[in-house]
Amino acid sequence: MRDFWKRFKRNRGAVAGLAILVLVILIAILAPLLFPQSPWKMVQRPFLPPLTMEALPLGTDALGRNVLSGLAYGAQVSLLIGLVSTVVSLLIGIPIGALAGYFGGIVDDALMRFTEFFQTVPNFALAIVLVAIFEPSVQSIIGAIAIVSWPPVARLVRGEVLSLRSREYVEAAILSGQKNSTIIWRQILPNTLSPIIVLASLMVATAILLESSLSFLGLGDPNLMSWGYMIGAARTVIRQAWWLSFFPGFAILVTVLALNLIGEGLNDALNPRLSRKGK
Amino acid sequence: MLRFIALRLVKAAVILIAIVTLNFFLIHAAPGDPAAVMAGEAGAADQIFLDQLKEQFGLDKPLLTQLGIYLGGVVQLDLGFSYRQQMPVADLILDRLPATLLLTITAFVISLVFGVLAGVLASARVGKWSDTIISTIALLFYATPLYWAALMAVLLFSVELNWLPGFGYETVGGGYTGFARALDIGEHLILPALTLGLFFMAVYMRMTRASMLEVSTLDFVKTARAKGLKPGIIQWRHIFRNAMLPVLTLAGLQAGQLVGGAVLTETVFAWPGIGRLMFDALAQRDYNVLLGVFFVSAAMVLLFNLITDILYRVVDPRIRAS
Amino acid sequence: MSQTKPVLRINGLQIALPEGADRPFAVDGVSLELNAGEILCIVGESGSGKSMSANAMMGLLPDLVHPTAGEILFDHMDLLKLSEDELRDLRGRKLAMIFQEPMSALNPLMRVDDQIAEVFEAHNLLTPAQRRTRAIELLTEVGIPDPEKAARAYPFQLSGGQRQRVMIAMALALEPEILIADEPTTALDVTTQAQILDLIANLQERHGMAVMFITHDFGVVAEIADRVAVMQFGKIVEQGNASDVLDNPQHEYTRKLIAAIPKLHTGETEELDKSKPILEVVGLTKTYRSGGGLFGSPERVVHAVNRISFELGVGETLGVVGESGSGKSSVGRCLVRLQDPDEGSVLLNGEDMAALTGERLRTARKSIQMIFQDPFASLNPRSRVGRIIAEGPIAHGVPAKQAYDRAAELLELVGLDPSAIDRYPHEFSGGQRQRIGIARALALEPKIIIADEAVSALDVSIQAQVLDLLAELKQRLNLSLVFITHDLRVAAQICDRIAVMQKGNLVELGTADEIFNHPRSDYTRSLIEAIPGREKELAATG
Repeated sequence: MRDFWKRFKRNRGAVAGLAILVLVILIAILAPLLFPQSPWKMVQRPFLPPLTMEALPLGTDALGRNVLSGLAYGAQVSLLIGLVSTVVSLLIGIPIGALAGYFGGIVDDALMRFTEFFQTVPNFALAIVLVAIFEPSVQSIIGAIAIVSWPPVARLVRGEVLSLRSREYVEAAILSGQKNSTIIWRQILPNTLSPIIVLASLMVATAILLESSLSFLGLGDPNLMSWGYMIGAARTVIRQAWWLSFFPGFAILVTVLALNLIGEGLNDALNPRLSRKGK
Repeated sequence: MLRFIALRLVKAAVILIAIVTLNFFLIHAAPGDPAAVMAGEAGAADQIFLDQLKEQFGLDKPLLTQLGIYLGGVVQLDLGFSYRQQMPVADLILDRLPATLLLTITAFVISLVFGVLAGVLASARVGKWSDTIISTIALLFYATPLYWAALMAVLLFSVELNWLPGFGYETVGGGYTGFARALDIGEHLILPALTLGLFFMAVYMRMTRASMLEVSTLDFVKTARAKGLKPGIIQWRHIFRNAMLPVLTLAGLQAGQLVGGAVLTETVFAWPGIGRLMFDALAQRDYNVLLGVFFVSAAMVLLFNLITDILYRVVDPRIRAS
Repeated sequence: MSQTKPVLRINGLQIALPEGADRPFAVDGVSLELNAGEILCIVGESGSGKSMSANAMMGLLPDLVHPTAGEILFDHMDLLKLSEDELRDLRGRKLAMIFQEPMSALNPLMRVDDQIAEVFEAHNLLTPAQRRTRAIELLTEVGIPDPEKAARAYPFQLSGGQRQRVMIAMALALEPEILIADEPTTALDVTTQAQILDLIANLQERHGMAVMFITHDFGVVAEIADRVAVMQFGKIVEQGNASDVLDNPQHEYTRKLIAAIPKLHTGETEELDKSKPILEVVGLTKTYRSGGGLFGSPERVVHAVNRISFELGVGETLGVVGESGSGKSSVGRCLVRLQDPDEGSVLLNGEDMAALTGERLRTARKSIQMIFQDPFASLNPRSRVGRIIAEGPIAHGVPAKQAYDRAAELLELVGLDPSAIDRYPHEFSGGQRQRIGIARALALEPKIIIADEAVSALDVSIQAQVLDLLAELKQRLNLSLVFITHDLRVAAQICDRIAVMQKGNLVELGTADEIFNHPRSDYTRSLIEAIPGREKELAATG
């Protein structure tokens, strides 16, 4: 663990990313304390530019709502959906990949055709269709993102399991009479953990982008103030009020960037042999 | 080779059928009566149309029969009828498809060419400041929401600087013809294509850089050096060609994602393609159009995949032989 | 071995390793001379710095490694002081090099003749048409069958031996003064190795090149070297004429290395109780099919194991030897059911292992265990050694406490400290890991052990220790051993009887003495004749 931190720390970008992410998480948690009023509430005249009033440093939107408050509550939505949908993707992808890789043969064929199908289908278009048909809500958005995001997990896990499965220590475990479930749980999956962690950190970033894109198109949960929704609502008034789309977009950019940087740092720290080549 | 293409076409057909089946079940899984779903926004269609739909799709028959009817329709390129637009969905899509193809192919070429170039450049200067700059830009592009980049581009290049049009496919009422019209469309194309290509440019850049570095550690590169070859020749003939194989695979997969991205870009730039069509259908909950666009974009992905698979076989003798 | 002037002289070469390596210098104070028209072998175990020295001559050291002192004099120049451009001019023209892995040393996307033609192109020689003609001539010279066709082939269409010949053709193209061969035969089968060694010796004579030949194998040294330099930990410990060093080694390390080479004379075959074999294999068959399927690409059928029958006596060591693709590993894997045989039976204690499934297979496997080849892949990197050994017994219902106590005893038995129980595999060396693997195999108290290339990945001195350990354990625990190996020397040393396999068939089965001294089949004879260093050894023992 100490080694891990030492290697992670060597990647300065990753440390910066971690700092940013911690900040975003803090803002998300503290949003109700920092802005006790609902972000949907009108607080001033509409289209108040940034830096004109001290209480509203980022100004107000077309309905006079506090942009800064919206950003803080938006952080909650982005992080929540990013995290939960990634967990759901992992829950779908890991078992499918592990079963396909471990049992091979027909099981592998069937599961991989299934995976291939979901990988071939244009994922953003599918996400749009799913959310539209099942009506926008937190659940449908998380479900849609998970459904379009799990194939890379399954493929990664399958590849790892496939290579680990023919590894001699797994064969030794088979010979020593351990059960398939024990072998998968104790011999194989722990050794696939590093690449899964790295992939998961990048998936959270992608999920945040996906969620914001859906919200931008008006497919966000109507009860939640999200960054994508803020930009979508500001799209038609961009000529009058640039700040309404600029700040939420910038927040997404920074958060996603932070997660990507962390992903690279994790990769360096968890797969030292692989990453050294690229440096 | 011909048999390979035939095989891949069969596979593509199977996937398309699977997608149609998925669409069918989505209609039935959606809250509400399937006929109402097909008609679009609940309550918007009159009873005569609903009855007509019930009749046409056999909605009172068993589910499997319904699926058969639905599939049969798609095989005849019948993607349903848009009650909202009072037009067959297939016609709506065909009408808009050229604009989307123009946009996505331009974006694809831009992102591939510049992404790969930047990746090669960065890998050749690995660790130096030019690598740092290219890699940082790629990291930024990689994290930028597509639609936001599009909005910011409109703000900067169209609203502030007034260099390029930020709206539409061509100048409305411009009355250009021939070459002048092509130029006008080209001008309108620049911003949407660039913003759509941005993310993918970053993807190709990162992939190319990593792949070039990976290949440069392989034994045959050392062989090439031991021959006394010049670094430039080693870089292009030995490293680049081998490094392009994974990039090619990725390009095939990513090409399809461009269509998804086009929904966002076309929305921002009011580009009259199927992406914009999809956005409009969203607002009206015109499910037939949504599912139709989804189907067509999946077909485009399959086409792109087929093309890259063929390219891959041309480039890699090992795949050709197996 | 005419005494001529040196074409290349290395003086006090020192090469620094990056920080954090296990020692500061890969090569430290190496001085040697390479004479025109001689083959100089640099021999040493892994990590001795032998390859680094060779790469330094070509200016092809890895990025993080660089020479810090000394000089390499060639043609009145110090190679270490040349610019990259000047070095590039020499590479391929004056100094040529071939590598260990013929599989990866050629560009997979380029045809063979294009890759040979590049050597001329690199030095602006000949027209493109002439380059092609020369490529075919060179391929002919290195003895590739059907050179015209091979010229237009891609590397993946050639065998390992053929690819190494292509590498040699490329190296010869510009008649270099020096050929550096970095373990060029290590990845090849023994008969192919013999052919390539012959080829290199022939070409060396015909072209009058100086050859620097890097190897870990004293057999190869005996076969090919005029002079030898022995390296250990980055230093040369001994150098001299090949016959002097081999017959009368001065340095203790050289003596140890030479003593560790398994000798070809076979030991006394023990009188075994033949009445009741512990394992009876009858008509074992395993066939691999690929391709085929729905759209009917031509199906490829490989008979990996083709109706093999043999018996294994109690307390016997049976060697299964063969080259790659002979099916020897498939036999071992079918015996323990890591693969399912298509036909045949494996009778163990009267029970047919080949027909068991589920719980009964699990129980039966307790008496037949396996030791694996790769000491780095055979232990779970995330498990402690104690758990690795105790897992098997625990899976069979032994209480954990008892299993761990037994694990500690087993570690002692295989010559490790019982405290190893709490450590992770990466803290051990290759030889120690192999001992842990043996302890794991013993934990279930098997009657039979299958050793699949169990010492092939180890350096020769470690290999000798592990072989001794196996022999001793076999005695003490009255085990029967199936020893699968490609290395006939190892087989000669440890086996009572030997089965020779070729392309899935059992070619010959006999006592070690019969196989080595009176082989009946041509294939066995060719295998034995290809053992490097055999003639010299025969001459010595008389």
